[in-house]
Amino acid sequence: MADPLLSVRDLVVEFPTRRGILKAIDQISFDIAPGEVLGVVGESGAGKSLTGAAIIGLLEPPGRIAGGEIWLRGQRIDNLPREAMRRMRGKRIGMVFQDPLTSLNPLYTVSRQLSETIVTHLDVSQAEARKRAIALLDRVGIPAAARRIDDYPHHFSGGMRQRVVIALALAAEPELVIADEPTTALDVSVQAQIIELIKEICAERGSSVMLITHDMGVIAETADRVAVLYAGRLAEIGPVREVITRAQHPYTKGLMGSIPTLAHDEDRLVQIPGSMPRLNAIPPGCAFNPRCPEVFDRCVRERPELLDTSPGRQVACWLYDEQGAGS
Amino acid sequence: MSGDLLEVRNLWRRFDVSKPWLNRVIERDERQWLTAVSDVSFSIRRGETFALVGESGSGKSTIAKMIVGLIAPSDGHIVFDGADLATVPHAQMRKLRRRFQMIFQDPFASLNPRWRVADIIAEPIRTFGLASGAEVGNRVARLLDTVGLSASDSDKFPHEFSGGQRQRIAIARALSSNPDFIVCDEPTSALDVSVQAQILNLMRDLQDEFGLTYLFISHDLSVVRHMANRIGVLYLGGLVEVANGKELFRAPQHPYTHMLLDAVPDLALSGRRRTPVSGEIPNPIDPPPGCPFHPRCPKMRDICRQEKPALETRKSTGQVACYFPD
Repeated sequence: MADPLLSVRDLVVEFPTRRGILKAIDQISFDIAPGEVLGVVGESGAGKSLTGAAIIGLLEPPGRIAGGEIWLRGQRIDNLPREAMRRMRGKRIGMVFQDPLTSLNPLYTVSRQLSETIVTHLDVSQAEARKRAIALLDRVGIPAAARRIDDYPHHFSGGMRQRVVIALALAAEPELVIADEPTTALDVSVQAQIIELIKEICAERGSSVMLITHDMGVIAETADRVAVLYAGRLAEIGPVREVITRAQHPYTKGLMGSIPTLAHDEDRLVQIPGSMPRLNAIPPGCAFNPRCPEVFDRCVRERPELLDTSPGRQVACWLYDEQGAGS
Repeated sequence: MSGDLLEVRNLWRRFDVSKPWLNRVIERDERQWLTAVSDVSFSIRRGETFALVGESGSGKSTIAKMIVGLIAPSDGHIVFDGADLATVPHAQMRKLRRRFQMIFQDPFASLNPRWRVADIIAEPIRTFGLASGAEVGNRVARLLDTVGLSASDSDKFPHEFSGGQRQRIAIARALSSNPDFIVCDEPTSALDVSVQAQILNLMRDLQDEFGLTYLFISHDLSVVRHMANRIGVLYLGGLVEVANGKELFRAPQHPYTHMLLDAVPDLALSGRRRTPVSGEIPNPIDPPPGCPFHPRCPKMRDICRQEKPALETRKSTGQVACYFPD
C-alpha cells in the first residue's frame, strides 16, 4: 500500500489493575488505505472495540496506550494533547456506535445535535448548517427530513436512529469512519439497509471505514480486507474473499467452520474446543496454542510474528514460517 | 393420539398498555391494547425441532412464555400430550410441568448468582422428588458430565464460568427433571460464534440421546436452518408461513420470508444483488388493516389492504398466509 490513510504500528493497550498489568491489546499493526473498508472481527474480549477506542482517543481510564504509534495521513495522533484530539474527533474521524440511543442526546432535537456538529467543525453559519443537516438526513434515508429534523431521538425507531447517528458521524465529512458493531442492535431486515447505507455513503465521499463486528456475514458483504483478532493480538489479515474462502490461521479456520450458513448443509458445526483465555491467563507463545489442532512445540515457546504469506496477506502462525517447525 | 407432542390452537395474547386511569380520564384517552400474539396455531411432533423465527416484536418470546406457563394466554389453547394446559387439574399439571423445561437467552440472568451449581441443577430434581439423598449428587455429577463440564464444577458459583459454560449449566438444569420437551428461547444469541457452535452441537447430541423435542426460538436464520426440522415465520404476532426446514430456504412462499432471507448477510460471497428491503415493522399497537405485511410488500394489491389472509395449506408440507404466494 503506497500511502495509507491510517497506520497503526505495534499498538499496545494496558489496564493496570491491583493484580498487575493486563495487556488488552498486544502489538497490533495494520493499515487502512484511503477509501478502503477494513473489517475487524473477533469474539468478545478480543480487543476489537478497544482498538477503535484507542485510535479515536476514547480509552476509558485506567486503560492507556502503553506502546506503539497511530498515524493518520502522516500525522501522529496517539500522543496528541487532549484539546487537539477533541478537535480531530468528529472532524477527521467519525464514529458510529452499537447502540444509537447512547450516542444521541435524548434532550436535544436531532436538528440541534447535527447543526452543532457541523458548526463546530466546518466554517458555516447556523442557517447553512441546518440546510446541510436536512440534506444529510435526506441522504441517509429519513423520509420527510425537513419535518423530522426537529424531532427528538425517541421519536425515531431503532433503524432510523442509527441512520441519524450515521448522519452525525458524517456531518463534518471525516476521512475515516469507525463503526463499532453498527448493526448489532438492529433486526436483520434493517441491518441490511444500514450496511448498504454505510457502504454507499463512504464510497461516495471517499471516506475509509473501520468496521468492527463479531458478525462474519456482515464483513463478507461489506469489507475489502479483514483483520482477525484473538486475545488482543492480530491473528490474520488479508483480502476478505481470501480470508473467508482460504483461511490460513487455525483460529480463523475454526471460526469460519463454526458459523452456520444458509448455503451449505452440514450435520455438525466445526467446534473449537475451549474458549478464549482471559487477559490474566494468556499462555506463553501463541495465544491460541491450547486450542489449536495443529499445535507443535515452537508454538508453546515462542510467540509467532506476523508473517507475509502472499501479497497483502499476513498471518501470525508458525505453520507459515519458511524455517518451518524445526527452528 | 397422533405424533404431536404439543399443539397450539388459535393462541392470542394482548397486553394492556393504556395510560393510568386518571390520565385516561383527564386526557380522554381510550384504553390501548398491544396484540403481541394473534391467532397462532401450530403443532410440534415428537422428537422434532420446531423453530419460530421473526424480528423483534414478532411475538416469539411471548409464545414461548405462554407455552411454559410464565404468562397466561388471552385466548386459545395449548395442548401438551393430549392435555389442555388451561383446564387440567392442578395435580396433573404438576406432573406435566416436569416434562417441559426452558432454556433462556441470557445465561448471566437465568442462573441465581448466590447458588452453587450443584444446587441450581438439583433444584428441579428435589422439587419433583425424582431422587433423594446421595442419589441427587450422583445425578448432578452425571448431568454435568453430559453437558461437557466436570463433576468438580458443582461446588462453584455461576460467576466462575464463561458465557458458554453457563449456558451448559442452564441446559443441565433443564435436563435434570428428565423432560420430553424443551423450549429454547434464543439459547445462543448471547454467545460468541465459536461457543455457539459448541452449544448447538451439544443440543443436537442431547436430542439424539434423550429423544427430546425442541421449540427453538431465534432471530438468526442460519442458526434456525441448522437446527430445525420445521420452521414457522412470525410477523407482527402472526404466523405468515410454516414449512419444512430446507423447503423454506429453497422455496420461500411468503414475500416476508423472501425479504428476510434476502437480508441475511451470508458468508457464501455469492455477490448476489439483494433486493433492497424497505420499511420497518409497524407499531403493534396500531397494526395496519388487512395483511400486516402489506405496507412493505412488493406484491401488494387492493385485497391485501382489506382482509387479512388466513394461514392455508399449500403444497403438501407448507402453510402460508398470503393471497399471492410464490
